[in-house]
Amino acid sequence: MYGWEMLSFNIHDGFLEAIVRGNRSGLLTAADYNNLCQCENLDDVKMHLTATEYGPYLQNEPSPLHTTTIVEKCTLKLVDEYKHMICQATEPLSTFLQYITYGHMIDNVVLIVTGTLHERDVNELLEKCHPLGMFDSIASLAVAQNMRELYRLDLDDMNIEIMRNTLYKAYLEDFYKFCQKLGGATAEIMCDLLSFEADRRAVNITINSIGTELTRDDRRKLYSNFGLLYPYGHEELAICEDVDQVRGVMEKYPPYQSIFAKISYGESQMLDKAFYEEEVRRLCLSFEQQFHYAVFFAYIRLREQEIRNLMWISECVAQNQKNRVHDSVVFIF
Amino acid sequence: MSGQTQRLNVVPTVTMLGVMKARLIGATRGHALLKKKSDALTVQFRAILKKIVEAKTSMGDAMRNSSFSLAEAKYVAGDGVRHVVLQSVRSASLRVRSHQENVAGVKLPKFTHFVDPAAGSAAGPSNASPSLTGLARGGQQVAACRAAHVKAIEVLVELASLQTSFLTLDEAIKTTNRRVNALENVVKPRLENTISYIKGELDELEREDFFRLKKIQGYKKREIERQMIAAKQFAEEQLAEEVALKRGISVGAATNMLVAVVETISCDAGAPESHLFIEWRRFCFRQ
Repeated sequence: MYGWEMLSFNIHDGFLEAIVRGNRSGLLTAADYNNLCQCENLDDVKMHLTATEYGPYLQNEPSPLHTTTIVEKCTLKLVDEYKHMICQATEPLSTFLQYITYGHMIDNVVLIVTGTLHERDVNELLEKCHPLGMFDSIASLAVAQNMRELYRLDLDDMNIEIMRNTLYKAYLEDFYKFCQKLGGATAEIMCDLLSFEADRRAVNITINSIGTELTRDDRRKLYSNFGLLYPYGHEELAICEDVDQVRGVMEKYPPYQSIFAKISYGESQMLDKAFYEEEVRRLCLSFEQQFHYAVFFAYIRLREQEIRNLMWISECVAQNQKNRVHDSVVFIF
Repeated sequence: MSGQTQRLNVVPTVTMLGVMKARLIGATRGHALLKKKSDALTVQFRAILKKIVEAKTSMGDAMRNSSFSLAEAKYVAGDGVRHVVLQSVRSASLRVRSHQENVAGVKLPKFTHFVDPAAGSAAGPSNASPSLTGLARGGQQVAACRAAHVKAIEVLVELASLQTSFLTLDEAIKTTNRRVNALENVVKPRLENTISYIKGELDELEREDFFRLKKIQGYKKREIERQMIAAKQFAEEQLAEEVALKRGISVGAATNMLVAVVETISCDAGAPESHLFIEWRRFCFRQ
C-alpha cells in the first residue's frame, strides 16, 4: 500500500485533511506566545486571544476571568472542531478519530468509578468529565452502587490507579495494532508517535512509582508491549530505584539521549517539559507528509498542548509569577 | 479631676480609718501585681507580634508556592487531575487540635496541626506512602503540590493560632491596663481622700471636744461665782431680817440702816472686807 495512498486518499479523506491543515494554521505561533507572556492580567490574555481563533469562544466572557474559564472555553473550541471532523469522517477515519479520544474516555471512566466508590453524586461527576471522553452510556457506570458487585474487584485508590494504567496500556496497544492495520504512511508515522507515547509512559510510571508500594512486577505489567524500549528497556526500567538509574537506562537509546541530556543529574522536574517538547517536535513533523491520518492525531495533541500552554500562561499571569512563564511553555510553531 | 474630690461615703471613725488604711494597702499591692502582669503580657504580646509578622511573610511565600505547584501539577497531569484527587478524598487527614496555654493567668487558645492516622489510612493514598495519583504523568508534581499545600496549611494553622492568641492577649492587656489605671487613678485616690477626710474629721472632733471642755470649765467657774454671790446676798438678807426682828423695825428700814453702817465702816480706810464684815456684825449685835 505504501506510496499509493495518494491515488485514493482524497476520495474519502481529502476534505477533512484540508480542514485539519487549515485548522493547524490557526494554532498559536511563537509571536502569539510572546505577546501573551507580556500580559499583565487575565483580561489582557483574553484581549490577545480574541485576535486569534479562540476569539468567538472568549469574547462574551464577563470580566473577572478565571484561569479555569479560559481553559474550559479553549477546550470547548477543540471539542467543537473535533465534533465537526468526526461528523464528516467516514470509515476508517471515523474509527481513527474515536481512538484519539479513548484516552480521555479512560480518564472519565476512572473518575466515575472513583467517585462512585466514594459515593459522590453522578451528575456532579459527569460535569467534571472531559468533554472529549464522553460517551452515551457513561452515566450507567455510576448506577452500580457497589463496585465490588459490578466488577468483582476490591478497589482502593492504588488499584484504581493500576486499573487506569492497565486500561491505558490496552488502549495504546490496540491503537497501535489498529494503525498497523491501516498501513501506509499512517502506520509508519502513527506507530512512531505511539511508540514515543508508550515509552514516555513507561519512563513516567517508573519515576512516579519510585518509593511507592507498587512492586516491580506490577510496574512491569503497566508498560505497553511495544515501543523502542520494548522489551529489554522495560526489564531494566522495572528494576530502577532512582531517577539516575532511569537516566542510565534511557541514555542507551539514541532518540532519548537528547531529552535526558537537557536534564541535570538528580532532577526530574524538567523531564515533563522535555518530553512535551520532543512530542511537539514529532507531532509537527507529521504534517510534513500528506495522505495519512496521523495529522488528525497530531492536530488534536497539538491543540491539547496549546491549551496546556495557555493554562500555564494564564496561571503565571494570574499568580504574578511571570518569571516562570517560559519554564513550561512549549512553542509549537 | 473628679477623682480628686471623690471619697467613700463612710462614717469617720477610727475603726473605719483602720479599715480604709487596710484597703489602701490592698489596693497598692494589687496595683503592683497587676502592673507586673500587664508588663508580662506586653512582653508576650510583642513576641507574638514578631512571630505574626514572620508567619505572615512566610505564609505569603507558602501560599504562592502551593498555588503555583497546583498549576504545575495541572500542567503536567492535566486539568482533570484535580477531580481525580478530589473524588478520592474521604476525610481530612490533616487536622487541627486546639488547646489552652496559660500566660500570666490569661488562657491563650493554641492550635496545633497533626496527621490523623485513621483518616489517612481510610483515604488510601497519602501520608505514609506517596500516592499513586498521576502515575503515568505528573505523579511527582501532584506529590509536590501536596507537600506544598501541607506546608501552607501548617503555616496557616500557626498563623491562626498566633492571631487568636494575639486577639485574646490584646483583650487581656486592655482589661489589665484598665484595672491598673482604675486602681491608680480612681480607687487609690478615693481611698486616700477618704483617709484624709477621716483624719480631718477626727481632728475636728478632737478640737470640738477640747473647746467644749474649755467651755464647760468656764461655765462651771461662772456658776460657782454666781452661787457665791447668791450666798452672800442670802446672808445679808438673813442679817437684815435678824436686825429687823431685834429692833422691831421693818426689813426695809433694817436694810437701809445696815447699808448706812456699812458705808460708815467702809469710810474707815485700810480695813479688809472680811474684817469689815466682822466689824459690821459686831456693830449690829452691840446695838
